[in-house]
Amino acid sequence: MAWYTGTMAEKERVSGEDVRRVAELANVELTAEEETRMRRDLNAILDYVAQLGELDTAEVAPMAQVSEALAGQGEGLTEESSVLRADEPRPCLDRGVVMAAAPETDGTYFKVPKVIER
Amino acid sequence: MNTVAGVPGIEAIRSALTSRETTAAELAEASLRRIAEADETIHAFLQVDRATALAQAAKIDAMVAQGEKLPALAGVPFGIKDVLTVEGFAATAGSKILEGYRPPYTATAVKKLADAGAVFLGKLNCDEFAMGSSNENSAYGPVRNPHDVARVPGGSSGGSAAAVAAGMATATLGTDTGGSIRQPASFCGVVGVLPTYGRVSRYGLIAFASSLDRIGPFTANVRDAATVLGVIAGHDVMDATSSPRPVPDYTEGIDRGVAGMKLGVPAEYFGEGLDPEVRGAIEQGIEKLRAAGAEIKKISLPRTKYAIPTYYVIATAEASANLARFDGVRYGLRAPKPDTLADMYRRTRDLGFGAEVKRRILLGTYVLSHGYYDAYYKKAQQVRRLLTDDFLAAFREVDAIVTPTAPTPAFKLGEKSDDPVAMYLADIYTVTASLAGICGVSVPCGVSRAGLPIGMQILGRHLDEATIFRVGQAVERQAAE
Repeated sequence: MAWYTGTMAEKERVSGEDVRRVAELANVELTAEEETRMRRDLNAILDYVAQLGELDTAEVAPMAQVSEALAGQGEGLTEESSVLRADEPRPCLDRGVVMAAAPETDGTYFKVPKVIER
Repeated sequence: MNTVAGVPGIEAIRSALTSRETTAAELAEASLRRIAEADETIHAFLQVDRATALAQAAKIDAMVAQGEKLPALAGVPFGIKDVLTVEGFAATAGSKILEGYRPPYTATAVKKLADAGAVFLGKLNCDEFAMGSSNENSAYGPVRNPHDVARVPGGSSGGSAAAVAAGMATATLGTDTGGSIRQPASFCGVVGVLPTYGRVSRYGLIAFASSLDRIGPFTANVRDAATVLGVIAGHDVMDATSSPRPVPDYTEGIDRGVAGMKLGVPAEYFGEGLDPEVRGAIEQGIEKLRAAGAEIKKISLPRTKYAIPTYYVIATAEASANLARFDGVRYGLRAPKPDTLADMYRRTRDLGFGAEVKRRILLGTYVLSHGYYDAYYKKAQQVRRLLTDDFLAAFREVDAIVTPTAPTPAFKLGEKSDDPVAMYLADIYTVTASLAGICGVSVPCGVSRAGLPIGMQILGRHLDEATIFRVGQAVERQAAE
């Protein structure tokens, strides 16, 4: 994996504080060593990603998924408008089977440690 | 014809079963024996289930004995990448965070294979959450390339490619988000298919990047790949992105050759960084297609160089969202003795995720975060449309596009850990098709002087798998000459 190409920006895009903030948002723990490495990696990839700025996209609609690009071209992946199924109840997984895969349950609910920190 | 010596293809299995030259039990035993002999070194399988394989084989043999009509894949030994679920069988995604997890449901693609009579051998090794190009990111140890065990099999579906290349299975399933089927197929000298986005249901696939993830087959020849795709393709009520378009018989017309077809050769796929031996093999393959009657057209996909940065923004953004579900609550690992909920989330994810997965989660979280969304994520989605438009324009001129699958043959384990630029180049010819949602296949197209396989990538229009199989069949035939 590799995000080390491209020229380094004169100023770092991502600071140590940014890395700590993002790690907190993502609920990922980092050692000091990992933090240094992630900071280096994120800066390298974002410097590389910066080349996307060469393209003028002011008039381009974002594309989240391929079927959007094909819509209206007569070659859509789906027949027409909606692919949503009828809103009718169907059988689902048995609760007991699902609970059996969890680390801790009371048989009805998943159990977790206390939520509120004092 | 088969690219792997000693492994029966699907048609050979069918005729040997109906003529009673062999039994499904014997075929399953042969695969299990091959795994026992070779897999201590190759490490393609994370889990082998002898009892299930023999029970499924016995059902097929009973059908033969009763003179019943055999389903399409009767007796075909297969394995699946361990990002796909099979009810009751451990599913790890190559990660410690799912250690011990036994999913309560079966992936649609796997169910379709089983319903077609295929015999399930076990689950195949892969990069953690399908993130990697060398299979060195598996939490359960790397896979080795059967052509040279000092080399990687490619990734992330390295186990799926290696199992076919080593003759352990006739067919396997892998997944491809940025090249994870095509690149290992190229490195291992087998056929690997990237179906059109939406062609195969993703139900039961442990998600990496949902707008890019696809499930597809590995086989030892193009016809078998067409047969397996025909079985696993189709609409599924459990995946709203699966296409309701009818699934054609992909083997029909596969032998018609390439005479009169227009094949595009994009200049951007033959530039700096392409290994001279790979270039030579692909150019020779293209010349043979010309000699077989194809019209070869030079084309341009002008924005190709923006594909890798676009891919890393979109794939990591989607991964950061998808991997939020691994939190120690509903399945898999939970860190011992957590104080609070937040402590449990953080320590569980620290224990469970490897370095590459953490890096991608952080990058994805960053590009989606307040203040950066427009600059990175929205921008990448806009460029994604431009990259797709490049292909749509090209396909108005040509029927299919031919390129190298990967810039080099298989590299050595550890070789790229200190040369990340080269590691990223491993995906440079595959990611653009991933972003555009089009179909592709990697077909063996020669070997290097060191005996390492080289794959040709054939890209086709959305839902036009029939054309890429037809070209692939011609490439396979001429490579054997």
